[in-house]
Amino acid sequence: MHLTIRHETTYSYDQPVPYGLQQLRVRPKSRPGQTVLEWSVEVEGGAQQLMFEDEHANSVDLVSFDPDQSQVTIRSFGTVDIEDQGGVIGKHRGHVPLWLFQRETDLTEAGPGVARLIHQLDTGGSDLDKLHALSTLILREIPYSTDQNSAELTAEQALKAKHGVCQDHAHVFVTAARSLGFPARYVSGYLMMDDRVDQDATHAWAEAHVDGLGWVGFDVSNGISPDARYVRVATGLDYHDAAPILGLRVGGGTETMKVALQVQQ
Amino acid sequence: MLGKTAGGLFWMFRYLERSENTSRMIDAGLRISLTRSSAAQSEWTSIITSTGLLDAYQQRHGEVDGAKVIDFLLRDPSNPGSVLAAIEAARTNARLVRTALTREVFEAVNESYMILKSALAKPVPDRDLPELLQTIRQRTAIVRGTLQGTMVRNDIYDFARIGTFFERADNTARILDVKYYILLPSVRHVGSPVDNVQWDLILRATSSVRAYQTLHDSEFDPRLIANFLLLDKRLPRSLAFCYSKICDNLGYLEEDYGNRPICHDMVDSIYAKFQNTSVDKIFDYGLHEFITEFLAGSYALGEQIEKDYRFSE
Amino acid sequence: MSGESHFDEMYGRDGKTRGPYSEYCGWLSDEDVSRLRKKSVEAETLFRRTGITFNVYGMEEAAERLIPFDIVPRIISGREWSRLSKGIEQRVRAINAFLHDIYHGQEIIKAGRLPAEMIAQNDAFLPKMIGVTPPGGVYTHIVGTDLVRTGEDDFFVLEDNARTPSGVSYMLENRETMLHMFPELFSKVKVQNVSNYPRMLRRSLGRSVPDACDGGPTIAVLTPGIHNSAYYEHAFLADQMNVELVEGHDLRVVDGRVAMRTTRGFKPIDVLYRRVDDDFLDPLNFNPESQLGVPGIMDVYRAGGITIANAPGTGISDDKAIYSYMPDIVEFYTGEQAILKNVPTWRCSEPDALKYVLDNLADLVVKEVHGSGGYGMLVGPAASKKEIADFSKKLEANAANYIAQPTLSLSTVPILAKSELAPRHVDLRPFVLVSPDKIDITPGGLTRVALKKGSLVVNSSQGGGTKDTWVLEE
Repeated sequence: MHLTIRHETTYSYDQPVPYGLQQLRVRPKSRPGQTVLEWSVEVEGGAQQLMFEDEHANSVDLVSFDPDQSQVTIRSFGTVDIEDQGGVIGKHRGHVPLWLFQRETDLTEAGPGVARLIHQLDTGGSDLDKLHALSTLILREIPYSTDQNSAELTAEQALKAKHGVCQDHAHVFVTAARSLGFPARYVSGYLMMDDRVDQDATHAWAEAHVDGLGWVGFDVSNGISPDARYVRVATGLDYHDAAPILGLRVGGGTETMKVALQVQQ
Repeated sequence: MLGKTAGGLFWMFRYLERSENTSRMIDAGLRISLTRSSAAQSEWTSIITSTGLLDAYQQRHGEVDGAKVIDFLLRDPSNPGSVLAAIEAARTNARLVRTALTREVFEAVNESYMILKSALAKPVPDRDLPELLQTIRQRTAIVRGTLQGTMVRNDIYDFARIGTFFERADNTARILDVKYYILLPSVRHVGSPVDNVQWDLILRATSSVRAYQTLHDSEFDPRLIANFLLLDKRLPRSLAFCYSKICDNLGYLEEDYGNRPICHDMVDSIYAKFQNTSVDKIFDYGLHEFITEFLAGSYALGEQIEKDYRFSE
Repeated sequence: MSGESHFDEMYGRDGKTRGPYSEYCGWLSDEDVSRLRKKSVEAETLFRRTGITFNVYGMEEAAERLIPFDIVPRIISGREWSRLSKGIEQRVRAINAFLHDIYHGQEIIKAGRLPAEMIAQNDAFLPKMIGVTPPGGVYTHIVGTDLVRTGEDDFFVLEDNARTPSGVSYMLENRETMLHMFPELFSKVKVQNVSNYPRMLRRSLGRSVPDACDGGPTIAVLTPGIHNSAYYEHAFLADQMNVELVEGHDLRVVDGRVAMRTTRGFKPIDVLYRRVDDDFLDPLNFNPESQLGVPGIMDVYRAGGITIANAPGTGISDDKAIYSYMPDIVEFYTGEQAILKNVPTWRCSEPDALKYVLDNLADLVVKEVHGSGGYGMLVGPAASKKEIADFSKKLEANAANYIAQPTLSLSTVPILAKSELAPRHVDLRPFVLVSPDKIDITPGGLTRVALKKGSLVVNSSQGGGTKDTWVLEE
């Protein structure tokens, strides 16, 4: 499937920002099943300082704000060709040891909520059955809902809130999967939706490492494994590792963020 | 050189100069208390006003009293503008810019700090005051001497010198700002004892009694005193002298860096006011206005130097 | 002079002056103690004037202290030293190979020589370093290997300081002071020179330049600032190398490089000798609260725009839990037996070891795995019954956090006490410089001495002092 993506994020500040830096993880990479035909990143109100590959082999742009800007826009766009691989990403590659994906992070710390969740889980069947069951269970416990505050929730907080967005689903999934003994990671990317072109946020899902298969994707929010509509952009232990934009600034007062995203065939 | 280092050198030498100047003023006040006790209180008020610390003093002590003013200016821990605080700040800056200084200069500052910290740990008894005030001046003179005797003439030296003369001019101007009225022709009561005391104070506070006598060989004359402190380039504490030095050192920087940022024009325009003029012209213009404008210009210059040479972010 | 149970480096076990000290002791026998005491006071004045002070954490007033300096040198023969330095070099090579492996293929784990959980559960392992090969392949440009001695031929490595070892300025100043006070001694006794350390450091750093460097490398020393306990050393080294001493707020990312704010604009830095801990190095990538670091420096590093010395994440190699595996690590990467011995170590994470340690606390030294500076440790033989009881509770609650070692009978060297020479326990921190092409070890190092009679704690933060260390020419 041929996907055309245009992703624009605008940050506005009520006071000029003397100094600011942002790490962008907005460049999808070509890999088996995913071919990036063309891709560009543009910055308005700032400048690209450098590019590097992080420990998870994500392609990262470091961007600095132009001095005393009160608005910065990040635009990334291009076309990607995707094959449906039934959610199977395959063998683990790179230097990150698999055990690292069993590490807890601040956002993915297992507590009583996750323990209760696992307790409810039908642990019969294959590893794959177990993980699918986990995905279904999470969506039942935390129905998808965008009407909540935008604060970043930990997996435990999301379980308490009883509703959440894709980010929360992914965090709960990786936390629980790790508790079950699976290396698991967070994935940030794009999803083409069948009923619309304009979206107001990027997507997130999870992957778990299953012996024999390697990495397998689980989109809890949609109750499926990723298919040809999913573009993988960045992965990591949690949202912090894979977030499209992560920043730091001096001053600038209050920040407002606006996302304009179009994903279409 | 790091911008921070330039700033550290500039401030290190401003603080050293400030502690020296404050000690000179205390010395002048002390002299008046001993010789003209009736005039002492108002002169202590002038002194503390010219250091810019009158409000802080009054909040703490209320009425102006010689002994309290001395303690306040020298060492009161609640006074961030005391000699002790200035020496400490000079030494902190010296530590900050340590890599830019010769060992001799650093050790001279460090030793001054150690000596004065211990000498000013407790209130200073009257009988020890003259010697202490002398020690302060000697110590700062040693630092200045090691600077001149051991440092390479480069940008490091320039920023140190700019700080020194900037602070010194500021100090002379502040005394004039507080005392300008006794120099005005309109209120001149030649030879009245009160005026003599005040003129004496001005000259003593700028360590210029001897120089005045050498060069003028006459009774105190307010017109000559004003001319002396404003325009006489032979006197190392006059505004004209200090600004000619700042011009020189900024000029060396310009040569060295091949660049002439805005502060260079600002200093030229301030210095121009001391050239091709006379004390009479300044009186015609208004001495108070002249000094007020000078102080405002000097403040703006300080900020511009800091910006042009990137002292901070 | 010497105690019964320990080895005195001046007088051995039998009270006879040992070879390396013979010339010094000859000189000493003609000196009287009051002159030496006077010299000792003179030395202190010298140190104060130079400002060789350190700040004590948590103290406002009189926060500046001198590390006491003892004027009796610690002397090592040239032969002893050449054996030691071979052992140190071997160990430091192994550490660098280990670091490369641990941040790449982790062959040592695959080979079963190191359990994966030693790394997996270790906070000193820095995931952001995975896949990074530093410029020149050097991870630890500067290492301070702490050694102790228990007998004529018995040296042990106590600790490998591979993060930001400090103390080298004391090594250099101690020598300067001795030269100044006892010039005649140095014409009698032929001591190997240490004063070219700063030049070697500069050269060594300059050999590990990043790809982005064009022209003569620009080097800078990064300090947390004038309130840091080792600020004097940071300023000293910058000064001696003739490079800038910078703080985080002097630096920012400009044109893809880390650049320093100079009076003429931003100037890129090629090699940063940083004396700021990993966690504080980059608020964008590590602790976001840090005011001491440079946002984005890790990104520049990964992009090949700067050399950070030592590399971030080197703490995994000097971690106390990893320490006990050092003999295996040396063997795995060098194919040789370790020349220098490790102190036998019980890992309290292992049930058998924990049981032994709990049963024998009164005879052991127990340390926190991640602690430093002598804090949070128990010295069994010096502890009261209550202290031991309290500590064993802590130990049981969090066993994996501790290792235990026998209390070694550390060697002593005499210090000048009030009116006589008196033996005190010492250790030694030699300083090692690693370049892509060679390893340099300055002869000697910093001798730390426990000034309290019988004490084994040499840390300056806990009442230790220092001595000049002489390695004799062969």
